[in-house]
Amino acid sequence: MSFAKSLRCRECGREYPLNPIYVCEFCFGPLEVSYDYQAMAGAVTRESITRGPLTMWRYRDLLPVESDEVVDINTGFTPLVHAKNLGHKLGLDELYLKNDCVNPTYSFKDRVVSVAATKALEFKFDVLACASTGNLACAVAAHGAKAGLKAYVFVPADLEQGKLVGAAIYGPTLVAVHGSYDQVNRLCTELADRYRWAFVNINVRPYYAEGSKTLGYEVAEQLGWRAPDQVVVPVASGSMFTKIWKAFNEFSNLGIIGPVGTHMHVAQAAGSSPIASAYEARRMDIRPVKPNTIAKSLAIGNPADGYFALKAIKESEGSAVSVSDDEIVESMKLLASTEGIFAETAGGVAIASLQHLVAAGRIKRGDLTVVYITGNGLKTQEAVAHVVQPVTIQPHIADFEAAMELLSSRE
Amino acid sequence: MAKRRVKFTFPQQLITEPVIYQLGKKFSVVTNIRRADVRKDRGWVVLELEGDEAEIEKGIAWVSSQGVRVDPVAGDVVEG
Repeated sequence: MSFAKSLRCRECGREYPLNPIYVCEFCFGPLEVSYDYQAMAGAVTRESITRGPLTMWRYRDLLPVESDEVVDINTGFTPLVHAKNLGHKLGLDELYLKNDCVNPTYSFKDRVVSVAATKALEFKFDVLACASTGNLACAVAAHGAKAGLKAYVFVPADLEQGKLVGAAIYGPTLVAVHGSYDQVNRLCTELADRYRWAFVNINVRPYYAEGSKTLGYEVAEQLGWRAPDQVVVPVASGSMFTKIWKAFNEFSNLGIIGPVGTHMHVAQAAGSSPIASAYEARRMDIRPVKPNTIAKSLAIGNPADGYFALKAIKESEGSAVSVSDDEIVESMKLLASTEGIFAETAGGVAIASLQHLVAAGRIKRGDLTVVYITGNGLKTQEAVAHVVQPVTIQPHIADFEAAMELLSSRE
Repeated sequence: MAKRRVKFTFPQQLITEPVIYQLGKKFSVVTNIRRADVRKDRGWVVLELEGDEAEIEKGIAWVSSQGVRVDPVAGDVVEG
């Protein structure tokens, strides 16, 4: 049993039963899970949480699942690293990295899909589906396999084969769709209306999105039950950003942590930055763009939660930053060479944005700062392939030593 | 009869054009506006289109050809 009580329209406030629906029938606004917080407050404590497993499911009382058995491939409770080397370089004493690269399919998407797959079984769907160019495909295919659900993964036909291995290995049906990005988008939305399938980020999106809250809960717990001063999040649809903000506030309202003074910062790639553009222009409306960036996992031109991300920025007195592709690559290398963490391009976006925020004086030396690293660098190797410059030698000691001499003379 | 929930985003030069009226006149599509925000420099309208599947497709293609961006109300669903 959960404390979820209804789905509520985020625009007009109308309430609906907890079914696999995603828009308000009246105003077509997005639906969100609402909870009985009074009942939750009586049941959820630091002690009840710490008695749970060392996965995201230690927070199950704060998630909208009813069944005892959840679809879990051991997701979550990923490391929160005190990044002393990177912090030293940037002039930050209290810099922490939430390393979500180390989830089972190597990105934070395991969190949202774990909830979506659990709900798919509860709603008695036979198929778990998504449209994706990367991380989401892997997470859906893996959770489909674990849950015994058929998995359908829709991808643009021009996507490189290599990108599909991480999903294909789990045995989903891969459907390669010819057409523009917009056409693939439209097709999948229509398929979700036509077939009785669990499309994780369409008809079960209200539940799916709640999985991202665990990124907020974990950080608060790992910091010793407190919210950070500053948070930097790589942003695509805006959903994860708003859910991290929601998580801190839920914890505070439940008395699990003290008041939340966190400033929330959106990090976007300049080639796909509709939220940062709106923030810079002091607008609260999102103007869709055509993405063009190496940060493919953030390439969402028409973000579903863009407005709500702007609202979270406003409420938290945060900001939004956009960074160039060159800065992304340099920041991936900086993160790897200082902290030993190989992040995908989205991680480069987060670290590059952090540098902008420090330079602008928005984040200060003593601020307790958390940067979310949401996906593994092995997924976007092409972005940094140029780092491979080996010293080539013959299998003789003399050859090796000559090469070393040459190297040190260059330094 | 099919139904399609869409969002039209208008560029500045089309704000004053009766695009939705013309969509209903040119094609056998019933337009039903649910939410909108139209200002002097831009605007968006969330609406339902009801009609024959093929007629809706033709209508959407015509609206797009006028320079209006057409998206599903769910936003982009192809994620990284």
